[in-house]
Parts: sequence; structure tokens; C-alpha cells
Amino acid sequence: MKKAIIVGCGRIGSSVAQSLVEQGWDVAVIDRNPDAFRRLPEDFPGKKIVGIGIDMEALKAAGIENADVVLALTNGDNTNAMVAQMARDIFKVPFILARINDPLRADTYRELGIPTICQTTIISNIILERLQKEVK
Amino acid sequence: MYVIIVGGGKVGFNLAKELLRDGYEVLLIEKDKNRWAMLERVLGEAVFLGDGCEMRTLQEVGCARADVVVAVTGHDEDNLTICQLAKRKFNVPRVIARVNMPQNEAVLKALGVDDTICGTRIIYHLIKQEIEVNQIHLLATLKGGGLDIVEINVYDNSPVVGKSLKDITFPPRCLVLSILRGSEVIVPSGQTIIEKGDKIISVIDHDQVEELKNLLVSKRE
Repeated sequence: MKKAIIVGCGRIGSSVAQSLVEQGWDVAVIDRNPDAFRRLPEDFPGKKIVGIGIDMEALKAAGIENADVVLALTNGDNTNAMVAQMARDIFKVPFILARINDPLRADTYRELGIPTICQTTIISNIILERLQKEVK
Repeated sequence: MYVIIVGGGKVGFNLAKELLRDGYEVLLIEKDKNRWAMLERVLGEAVFLGDGCEMRTLQEVGCARADVVVAVTGHDEDNLTICQLAKRKFNVPRVIARVNMPQNEAVLKALGVDDTICGTRIIYHLIKQEIEVNQIHLLATLKGGGLDIVEINVYDNSPVVGKSLKDITFPPRCLVLSILRGSEVIVPSGQTIIEKGDKIISVIDHDQVEELKNLLVSKRE
């Protein structure tokens, strides 16, 4: 069974967590706010850990030492970048991804070798594409 | 020497003030507009409004010619980003990060930030030293050599009270630098006699501190 750790249980984090569970993954979720776990279904089978993602202890409690994937999906760009680097460089997690809001910063992190996904750029591009296609 | 400081909290502000007074070229970056306005009234042009975690800001302040970048915000993840950008993108020769969570010191080192300072840990150690009964205080550590400079308080129950230095067998890698007696600073010789209330300042191999402690400090019943 593949194991994923998701840091940040907001709308994106909780939705990815749920989908992975449905696909048969072992998923652990970390969020600093216990209220955030209300976004997960009541019968969510994975671990829910209250803590901050840049805390080694929280990452260890989530089982990072044998995780296949770490997704850093909080709304803090630098937090996500740090979590991703901790996962990659300290715990040797094979696949990492950091969610970044600020496109400038996303470029920077990419240059620093951190795989990032920048929602701002993605959504802007989709909007522009639709405008090009549909507004003549 | 051009020093860029990121984070205009108490630490950043006071550091900037001190360095300016010592004649350094200093730029303090603060992202909060209200805080920036307050800092600017005191430090004038040495304060820059911007986010030090962004390439653009670092470019604008001339990060490429900085000799030192110091990241002292209250967030470890921000300090990490700042130091990584300064080091890898602008080739700044020396980057120093403040670490807020003590356990992150090792993390930042592992992620390439060589110099970290953890205020929490330092204060914790100082307080611990104050409350510990071992009566030995670490004043400084000489990097590389594994040598500590320590201060030992001599209480009246210490076995060395009334003895001259030459009659005390100190550990092999230990040198008594000075004895503080009231307001007097004594440069000791072999004839100097230890009195109660003295503070002995010595440089000692880190591994022999315990031995020195056993020699000078009596155990409490």
C-alpha cells in the first residue's frame, strides 16, 4: 500500500486526502488546527495529526520515515517549501510536491530544485484560455 | 561591509541599530508597512519596505554585493527561504538564520544554512545554568578547538579555598586566565591563593570540564 503524508487540511489538502484514500492509499494528514479535520469524512481511516508541518516530531508521528509521497498543501508558501525540503533531504521521501501561491516565489523554488505547483498561474492560464476560445 | 537584515522585529531592529553605530553599511528589510514606518523614523534610509523572501526584493536591495545576510524573522520557514535565496541565487558569502524552534536548528543545517542562532535554546541554557547548583558557567566556546571558557564560583565549602594555584592539580588541558575577587581582576601566578567568593576564569578542554568541576566544587549533601 502506498503511503502519503499531506500537510495542510484545507480545501485542497482534505480533498486530495479523501481521493487518495478512495484509491486505496494509506494517508496521514497534518494540520495545526484540529478544527480543520472536520473537512474530512467522519469515517476517514487515516491518521490525523495536530501539529505544524515543519516540526520533525509531527512528521515522524505521521510516519514520514516510510512515506512514498509528501504533499505540502498549506496556505503558507515558505512552510510548504520547507516541508518539501525536509521530506526530500532529511527523510529521503521519493516524491514531494509543494503548493505555492505566489508565482514569483514558485519560480524561485523551482530554481532551487523543489517541485512546485502554483495554483495562481494554473487558474490564470485556464481563465485566459477560455477567454481566447469562447469570447470572439 | 554590507549587511542585509531581514525582519524588523526586536531582534532585527536592535541588531541594525548596533551595526549602524559600529559603522557598517546596513539595510533592514521589513514587510509590514506600519512596522516599517516606525522603524524608518528611527533608522531612516537604512530600512526598506518589502518581503525579504522574494527574489525581487533581494534584487532591489543589491543582495549580490552583500557580505552577510541575516534572517531574523519570527518564522523559521521564512528564515530558511531567505538564507537559501541569498546563498544560492546571490552567492552571499555568509548567511545567518535565527531559529525560533530549537529542534529546527538541525533541520536548517541539513538544508544548507551553516550558521544558525537559536535564541530560545540560548536563553534556556543560560537560565538552566543559573538554576543549576554546579556553580560553573560557560562563558564562551572557542570554535574548532573544542575549548570552553568557563567561570567557576568558589564557595566557602570548596576544597580549594586557602590553597595556592601551584598546589592544585588542574586537568592537563586547563589554564587559569584570571581570578575575579570583588571588583578586583587578578592576573594569577602559582602563588595566588584562592579565597571563598572568588570567580575563577579558565580556558579548558570541553571534555575536561567535569573533572575541573569535581576538583573545585564541593558536592552538596
